[in-house]
Amino acid sequence: MTQLSPTSTGMLSNLNTLLSRYAESMMWLARYMERIENLARLIEVTEAFVRGPDGKTVWETIVQINSDEERFQALHPAATEQDYIQFYITDLANPSSIKGMASAVRENARSARPLISTEMWMHLNVFTRWVLDLDPSDIRRTGLSALCNRIKQDCQTHTGVTEGTLYRDQAWLFYLLGRHLERSDQITRLIDTRYHTLLPCEEEVGSEIDTTQWASVLRSAAAYHAFRRLQPVTTTPANVVGFLLKNEGFPRSLALNLRQTDAVLAALSAHYNLRRQNYAIQERLSELRATLEDQTAEEIIIRGLHEYMHWIQAQIEAIQSEAASAYWPPIEKLHVPECYVEQ
Amino acid sequence: MKSNVLQSQAQEAGIFSAYHRPEFFCELMNRGEELPEALRQVQERLAHFDIKELRHRTANAETQLYRLGITFTVYTDREAIDRVLPFDVIPRVLTAEEWAFIERGVQQRVKAINMFLWDIYHDRKILQDGLIPADLVLKNANYCQAMVGVDVPGGVYVHINGTDLIRDRCGRFLVLEDNARTPSGVSYVIENRHMMLRLMPDLASGMPLRSVEDYGLRLHRALCDVAPEGVENPQVVLLSPGIYNSAYFEHVFLAREMGVPLVEGRDLLVENHHVYMRTVAGLRPVHSIYRRIDDAFLDPLAFNPESLLGVPGLVEAYRRGNVTIANALGTGVADDKAVYAYMPRIIRYYLNEEPILGSVETHICAEPEGLAFTLANLEKLVVKPVGESGGYGLLIGPHATESELEDFRQRLQDNPSNYISQPVIDLSVAPTLCDAGVEARHVDLRPFALTGKSTWVLPGGLSRVALRKGSLVVNSSQGGGSKDTWVMSV
Repeated sequence: MTQLSPTSTGMLSNLNTLLSRYAESMMWLARYMERIENLARLIEVTEAFVRGPDGKTVWETIVQINSDEERFQALHPAATEQDYIQFYITDLANPSSIKGMASAVRENARSARPLISTEMWMHLNVFTRWVLDLDPSDIRRTGLSALCNRIKQDCQTHTGVTEGTLYRDQAWLFYLLGRHLERSDQITRLIDTRYHTLLPCEEEVGSEIDTTQWASVLRSAAAYHAFRRLQPVTTTPANVVGFLLKNEGFPRSLALNLRQTDAVLAALSAHYNLRRQNYAIQERLSELRATLEDQTAEEIIIRGLHEYMHWIQAQIEAIQSEAASAYWPPIEKLHVPECYVEQ
Repeated sequence: MKSNVLQSQAQEAGIFSAYHRPEFFCELMNRGEELPEALRQVQERLAHFDIKELRHRTANAETQLYRLGITFTVYTDREAIDRVLPFDVIPRVLTAEEWAFIERGVQQRVKAINMFLWDIYHDRKILQDGLIPADLVLKNANYCQAMVGVDVPGGVYVHINGTDLIRDRCGRFLVLEDNARTPSGVSYVIENRHMMLRLMPDLASGMPLRSVEDYGLRLHRALCDVAPEGVENPQVVLLSPGIYNSAYFEHVFLAREMGVPLVEGRDLLVENHHVYMRTVAGLRPVHSIYRRIDDAFLDPLAFNPESLLGVPGLVEAYRRGNVTIANALGTGVADDKAVYAYMPRIIRYYLNEEPILGSVETHICAEPEGLAFTLANLEKLVVKPVGESGGYGLLIGPHATESELEDFRQRLQDNPSNYISQPVIDLSVAPTLCDAGVEARHVDLRPFALTGKSTWVLPGGLSRVALRKGSLVVNSSQGGGSKDTWVMSV
C-alpha cells in the first residue's frame, strides 16, 4: 500500500506532532461521512425495494440497523412513514439522523480545518449548511429518492476531494482508520438486521428465496452489480453474506476493510513510530481477521450469524476505544517522556 | 482603434460620473493636489468598468467568501450566524512614499511601546520622572502584577501590533489607537488580496503591488526569534479559544500559514513548569505560544478561576522563561485610551525623537480640566470609554440627539475616569460601491507590525470602510466592510 506512506524525507521534521484532538476529529469526520452515505443509500433502497410479506415498505429495518428501537418507539408509538423519514433525515435531536450527523461532521471539520484542504472544507461547509437547513417540506418537494441521491453524491464528492487533495500524513491515516472501521461496522449491521428479516429459519440457508429482497440487501451496500459480475454465483443467502463479508475486491466488504485497517495501522507503526500505541489494536485485529478467514459463509450462518455479527461489532467498538486510549488518552494518564524532563 | 478611444471617453466619467467630490480628503479622487501617477492609473482603469459589472463581481465575492467560510460568527441569544465581512471591489491605494512614511512611523511607535512596557514592569523611570501619572499605569485594569520583574526574551512585549490610522482633512496620517493585545484582521488583508486578484484581474494586472504573502512566514520567524533561549527548532503553536470563537477563521488561517498546530487550552498541559501539547505520540514540548485568548482567560490558576479556555500553570511556566507567550501579558496598558494621550511624550522620552505619526488631540476626563472641557464642548467631541473596543459605547457629539448628550453628560459626571474625548476628525473617504452607485465612504487603515529580532510591517494593512452613508464607525460589528489595500512599489 504505497499510497499510505509519505515518500519525502521532509516529513521527518514534522514527525509525531499530530495533535490528539486532530486525530480524533479526522477519525470521526470520516466515520460520520460514511454513516451519512450509508443511511442515505439505505433510506433510498428501503423506499424502493424493501417490502414485507404484506407488500408494504419495512421502515423498521432502519431503526434496527441503528439500534434506535427504544428511542424511536418512545417518540412515535404509532409511527407513520413520515415519522420514520423525518426521524432519520431532519430530526436534529436524533444524533443518528442525517441532520444530526451533519452537525457532527461540521464540528469535526471545523476542528480539523487547519489540517484539511481548502477544497475539502469548502465542500463540507456548503454541504453541511445545506443539510442543516433541510426541513420536511424540502423532502416533499424534492422527493425522497432524489434527496437521498444528492446526499449520497455529496458524500462521494467529499471522498473524491479528500482523495485528491488531503496531504498524506498521520491525519490522512486517522481519517482512513475511521473510514474502514465505519464500513466494517456498517456492513455487519446491515447483514445482521436484514438477515433476520429475510431468513427466520435455518433450513433455508442454501436455498434460493425471494431474490428481490436479497438484491435489496446488496443494493443497500452498493453491491448489487459487483455481485452480479460473479457470473455463476446464484443469489442464495450464503452467497450474499459471503460476498459482503469475505469478498476481497468489494470496497465495502468486511474482509477488505479489515485488511485496509491493518495496512493503516502498519503505516502508523512503520512511518510514525507508533508501534507501541498500536500493539493492542493490531492484536485484536489479527484475531478478528483470522476468524473471518477460517470460516466459510455457510459455517458462519450455521454457527450463528447474529452472534458473530455482534461479536464483530463489539470488536470494532473495542478497537475504537483502544485507539482512543492510545492516541487521545485522558489527561491524568499522560506523562512527560524521559527525554524531555529537565536536566 | 478609433472606436475604442471614443468608447473610453464615453466611459471616462464611467463609474465615477455620479461621484460627489467630497469636501473630505479622498484617497483616490481628491488629494488637494495633482494625483500621483500610480493613482491616476488606477483611477483610469476603474473608470472603464460599469456599475452592473462591479455589482456582479461583488455578488460573486460574497458567495465565494461564504463558501470558503471566510466569515466571522455573530452570536445572538438564539443562534450563531456566520457573517461575511463585506468586501468592496474598489481598492484603497497608497503610494510608495506614503507607505515608507507609515512604515517608519509604525516601527517607531512599536519600539517605544515595547520600551514603555519594559520600563513600567521594571524600573518605572517614566513614572518617577513624572511624565505620566503613576496611577494611570499602576492602577490600570490591564496592568498585570504577574509581569513585574519578568524578563521577556529580547525585551519584546508586543510581537504583533495593529495601529489604527486615519487621515484628516489635509491627508495627514494620525494614530487613532494602538492595538497591542491581540489585534485581529490580518487574515482579511491577505484574503482580500486573493479575492481582488481572482475578481478583478483586469484591474490588478501589471500594477506594481507590494506582496502580502509573507505574513505567515514572518510571523513564524518572529515567534521563533523570541523562543526561550537555548531551544533549537522551537515548537510554535497558536492558542485559540476554539471553534465557537467569532475569529476562529483567522486563527485557522494563521496556524495554516505558519504551518503550526492550532491548539485549544485542553490540548496543552503544564508539568514541572514546562508546557507540553498532547499528540498521538504523547506529550511534546511547546516553546512559543501565539495566543488569541485574552489575559484573563489564559490561566485559571493565575487569573479567572472560572476559565475553561486556559491552561493551568501556564503563567508560572512563562514567568520562569520556559515558554514565550505572544503578545506578552499586561500589554493592554500600552493601548489604553487614556495612556494614548501620552504616547507622543512616551516616544520622545524613550527614543529622543519626534513622533513620526501624528496623534489626535485627547482630553482625559480623569483630569479636572479635561472633564470640564469635555462637558463644555460635548456636542463637538467624540467621547470614548477607555476600556471598550469594537466601537461600542462611544458618543459622536455632532451626530447625537439632545437626550443622548444629556445621558453622556450624566455618565461623565458619575464616572469621569472611564472616558476620554477627542475632536471629531473628518476621516478621509474612498470611492466605494454602494446601493446608489459609487459613493464616498469613510475609511481607516490598520497596518500590522511583527516584532522578533526586528520590526517588520506588512505592506498595506486592513482598510476598513464605514458602509453607512456619513458614518465614521468602521468596525465590522457596526456595519463596516473592508477593501483591499494596495501599496505601490514605485
